[in-house]
Amino acid sequence: MSQIAFHLNGAPVRVSAEAPTRTLLDWLRDTRGLTGTKEGCNEGDCGACTVMVTDATGSRALNACILFLPQLGGKAVRTVEGIAGPQGQPHPVQQAMIDHHGSQCGFCTPGFIVSMATAHLNGATDHDDQLAGNLCRCTGYAPIIRAAKTAETAPVPDWMRTDRDIICSQISPGGEGEARGGQAAPLPGFRPRTSDDLAAWYLANPDATLIAGATDVGLWVTKQLRDLSPVAFLSGITDLQQIEDHGDTLRIGAGVTIADLRAALAPRFPSFGELLRRYSSEQVRNAATIGGNIANGSPIGDGPPALIALGATLHLRRGDTRRDMPLEDFFIAYRKQDRQPGEFVEAVTIPATAPNLRCYKLSKRFDQDISAVCGCFNLTVTDGTITSARIAFGGMAGTPKRAAAVEAALIGHPLTPATADAAAALMAQDFAPLSDMRASAAYRLTTAQNMLRRYAHDLAGVPVSVLEVRA
Amino acid sequence: MSMGKPLPHDAAPLHVTGQARYVDDIPLPAKALHLAFGLSTIAHGEVTSLDLSAVRAAPGVVAVYGPEDFDEVPDCSPSAHDEPMISTGPVLYLGMPLFLVAADSHLAARKAARLAKVTYAEKPALLTVDDALLADSRFEDGPVIWVKGDAAHAIQTAPHTVEGRFDVGGQEHFYLEGQVAAALPLEGGDLLIHSSTQHPTEIQHKVAHALHLPMSAVRVEVRRMGGGFGGKESQGNALAIACAVVAARTGRPAKMRYDRDDDMMITGKRHDLRILYRAGFDDRGQLTGLEFTHLLRCGWAQDLSLPVADRAMLHADNCYHLPHIRIESHRLKTHTQSATAFRGFGGPQGMVGIERVMDHVAHTLGRDPLEVRRANFYAAMAGGALPGGEVGLAETAPDRPPVDDEVDLTSRGAVAAPPGGASPPGPPEDIFEQMRAGEQTTPYVMPVEDFIGHELVARLVKTSDYAARRAAIAAWNAGSPILKRGIALTPVKFGISFTLTHLNQAGALVHLYQDGSIHLNHGGTEMGQGLFQKVAQVAAGVFGVDPGRVKITATDTAKVPNTSATAASSGSDLNGMAARAACIIIRDRMADFIAGKHQVKPDTVRFQDGTVRVAGEVYGFAQVVAWAYLARVSLSSTGFYATPKLQWDRKAGKGRPFLYFAYGAAVTEVVIDTLTGENRILRADLLHDTGTSLNTALDIGQVEGAYVQGAGWLTTEELVWDGKGRLTTHAPSTYKIPACSDRPPVFNVDLWNRPNREDTVGRSKAVGEPPFMLGISALYALSDAVAACGPGYPALDAPATPERVLAAVQRVRAHV
Repeated sequence: MSQIAFHLNGAPVRVSAEAPTRTLLDWLRDTRGLTGTKEGCNEGDCGACTVMVTDATGSRALNACILFLPQLGGKAVRTVEGIAGPQGQPHPVQQAMIDHHGSQCGFCTPGFIVSMATAHLNGATDHDDQLAGNLCRCTGYAPIIRAAKTAETAPVPDWMRTDRDIICSQISPGGEGEARGGQAAPLPGFRPRTSDDLAAWYLANPDATLIAGATDVGLWVTKQLRDLSPVAFLSGITDLQQIEDHGDTLRIGAGVTIADLRAALAPRFPSFGELLRRYSSEQVRNAATIGGNIANGSPIGDGPPALIALGATLHLRRGDTRRDMPLEDFFIAYRKQDRQPGEFVEAVTIPATAPNLRCYKLSKRFDQDISAVCGCFNLTVTDGTITSARIAFGGMAGTPKRAAAVEAALIGHPLTPATADAAAALMAQDFAPLSDMRASAAYRLTTAQNMLRRYAHDLAGVPVSVLEVRA
Repeated sequence: MSMGKPLPHDAAPLHVTGQARYVDDIPLPAKALHLAFGLSTIAHGEVTSLDLSAVRAAPGVVAVYGPEDFDEVPDCSPSAHDEPMISTGPVLYLGMPLFLVAADSHLAARKAARLAKVTYAEKPALLTVDDALLADSRFEDGPVIWVKGDAAHAIQTAPHTVEGRFDVGGQEHFYLEGQVAAALPLEGGDLLIHSSTQHPTEIQHKVAHALHLPMSAVRVEVRRMGGGFGGKESQGNALAIACAVVAARTGRPAKMRYDRDDDMMITGKRHDLRILYRAGFDDRGQLTGLEFTHLLRCGWAQDLSLPVADRAMLHADNCYHLPHIRIESHRLKTHTQSATAFRGFGGPQGMVGIERVMDHVAHTLGRDPLEVRRANFYAAMAGGALPGGEVGLAETAPDRPPVDDEVDLTSRGAVAAPPGGASPPGPPEDIFEQMRAGEQTTPYVMPVEDFIGHELVARLVKTSDYAARRAAIAAWNAGSPILKRGIALTPVKFGISFTLTHLNQAGALVHLYQDGSIHLNHGGTEMGQGLFQKVAQVAAGVFGVDPGRVKITATDTAKVPNTSATAASSGSDLNGMAARAACIIIRDRMADFIAGKHQVKPDTVRFQDGTVRVAGEVYGFAQVVAWAYLARVSLSSTGFYATPKLQWDRKAGKGRPFLYFAYGAAVTEVVIDTLTGENRILRADLLHDTGTSLNTALDIGQVEGAYVQGAGWLTTEELVWDGKGRLTTHAPSTYKIPACSDRPPVFNVDLWNRPNREDTVGRSKAVGEPPFMLGISALYALSDAVAACGPGYPALDAPATPERVLAAVQRVRAHV
């Protein structure tokens, strides 16, 4: 019987005979009686279930409701019950939350405490971003932010560093202190350590579900109540988690998390970085991978439009066979991709620079929302004339898709408001968007057109973002 | 003195360590069952067959209950007995429970509940107010109409008029803790219910009714809720009843919690509505006549819709004196979730309507909307704190409640109970004639005696630097082609008391133990608002001891009976007074005792700083308690409070439904993107009236939180139903309450900390609901920003999502 071994609030635990898709949240509450971690939505959107997970690469806030037990192998989990000191000493964020009246009904509070303690441990002070994935319905957030700011200067308590010490002392990076799964692994799922292992196993098990961050697949379990077996958990495949700098290109492994992608790309592509800042929440960015974001094929994922605008090349692998394609060609139709049984996304390659890349995300709420429209623009302007154009949208079709007619209309012209107006009119040739709960078709089309106008203003230096205005 | 101190929430140390226990955290005895409902997938029709064989055969399933398993399917309604726990055949909304599954785990129950084979005879569904109006589908016989003066004539003869249509969306409560209940069978068929409810007595009544038990056989305990906001006033009934039924039938404990998606699909939300308005006004913008039509979408069941719609009418004036007004209110029955109580209880809907009129009038005249608002204010309260005199209503016969054990008299829905539940007789007509002679009456002819809007707004205008900022924004907008800013100040006047007069009562139970520790219990429930801490501070104040000496205990129907819902912002007003009464009874006994020992008068005894001072001696509080115990003095008492002065005839729309009003005002500044409609709150300045605050920290917390929730209602929180009646925004992935960065980055909050003129506990004022409506300023700041884009009137509907803001920008630009 395969077992999962990890640390829970500083003590080692071994879990066996669990379904591979048992969530950490259910296990904590139902099996361990640790009821401080709350279920608010069971889909990774409210943060009431936030736990801190530490491995050799650091400590992160994650949503326990969509975190499967096998994903934790070899890691250390800290719940709200483990945030105070061994003698019950309050953590600085706990004391600050009391002092600043940061809890009212208290149900979201454990999740906030864990997010805040994790950010505190990591020295992060971008509180709005750190806490975007924790919803509070009572306080209006102001006292919580006051608490977070107050706690900034307090030293990290010793006990908060112990998880890192435990991990580093006993296991190699990315490894698990336990028996590995094999080709015919019983529950709880196949947990390969290399992409070669995955390639061989997936070829033999083409109907399997590959689980990287589980930020989408998790909902197949918690909301659709699906049985996913057989499953493979990819989080131990370190060779897929690399970002390689090849000079004029970057090769990004499929297993790179959105958080790591953001850290790597924000300095090069500030606008893409800003898009990734608004990509779901801290908890989700810490789990979700770029490979999952692509392979999932969602028409409203925020990664693909930006990558397509950059001119990304997708790398697929099936057994020992590899093939490449422009990313946009991967998306055939709604939820249908150019992917063979047993074939998986291995990496994506993008150019190392794109000074004119701009990414615009339009959603009802700024943070932690899914785009109604995501428009990414990347023009090359040579001597005042547009010489190449890559414009891609999410939310405008059944797939992430380029605006071919608009692109064609731009080339050969200067980027002026008049050019933008003329080209924007062709948006209706490129797209026939749908109406849904996020936006109407007419609004999507209008704003897609206006995003091109915004782009022209943006490159000309006119302020276009409400996020940059201060009272 | 413990009252007024900014003490933290009593449970804060438990909250931050994960030790605060909610219903789902309570360990249940072995063999507990977990329940789930199977839900309808159509909005309207009849179940023609319900095949539950696959459900029964599913792993972990212990029992399945369909309508044929009940002689009489239990009713879950707080009003009209129109909410069967599961459908008896008719399907009245998409998401209606059809059957009940009991399994050995939550997941097993959820999985099994999806395995039913259901066939329907589908019928056309009434989904919108237009559908319902066309079909004349409504609660009550026709619209409720309240009239003061002659609005039509006043409008006809006015120098200027405006009219318009305003669609206002609903709101999902999104309490972070979903609905949950558990039932434990006790000996002799008795039951203990744990419920996340604002209304334990309602749960007790409905469970007793479902099981044909006397209420005395059912005990309901509520330690805390993970948020309520009105969503747990009646919406928890079904879960508690289901648990009780299963516990009674199986003899096993039963627990039910809704998965978030189920919660949003099943339970009611804030009423959305359409407001039609027509107003006549003079050159200053002073309204001479006004007509409102409220079209409220109430959903499939009556629930609390009638008093909600009443309260919308009661707040159609807000801070404005309207001599000639006609309000017509339609309570429309549709095949959607049954709209229910939500913070403000209709008040926000009424208030946002009159603020729309003010905004529209000001735009028509080219004036600052604030000038127009002030021009219409009620006259200021006469100088100083007036004695809280009677309003001159003649004594009327006491309410004669119907004697019918099926009518839940403690529910706000009881007002529309079936025959037998008649409204109490109203005051005689001539009283209202007297009232009308005065300048200062509301549309329901209640004198407005405590209006502080002038001074409060003047202070806020100054502290927020409104005038200079308004000018600066205009200048900034002139130089900004894409982004536009806007600013608005809106005031709030909110009536405090249950409009069902007899609910304005409360009880408390206080024990002093022989060691001097104090056990406090009352009928209010804790949902995060800090009620328990406030009442503990009141109790500690009476005894002159530190609040830490007061043990706060779970609300329990076995300790304090016949409670009203913790709703209508009444929690601390009612329960604080009841607890105070109980404490004073005990304190007086102690004073009598210790004064007797010293041969002095009892009123010379002082309880302060943890001591008892008598005849020059200073004793420790606990010492005196111990002596009193030895002297066989009773150290336990109940306390009771009934709000004075209330008289209300809801049919006529006349009387004094409120003891007093709570006031406030807010200035919000926003920026919009004219290419996409995206918008941001940049700054908010709030000034809110809490009377003499019982706890300034908790009150500021209520004000801040309410503002953000109110602004959320009017901006990002959009409920969307598809053409088949399916709610498509049924999870936080699609329904967007404000997130952390949505709070105003500059957020100045202050309290108008002056005593209530009425004799409330510590001269404080209720604070739960009133500041919610400070968020209305965000909507009108957006309207102001849109108005900077062109000559037309924005006519901005709510919620002002980016899509609606962009449409409004296009509208004002297209205006010629």
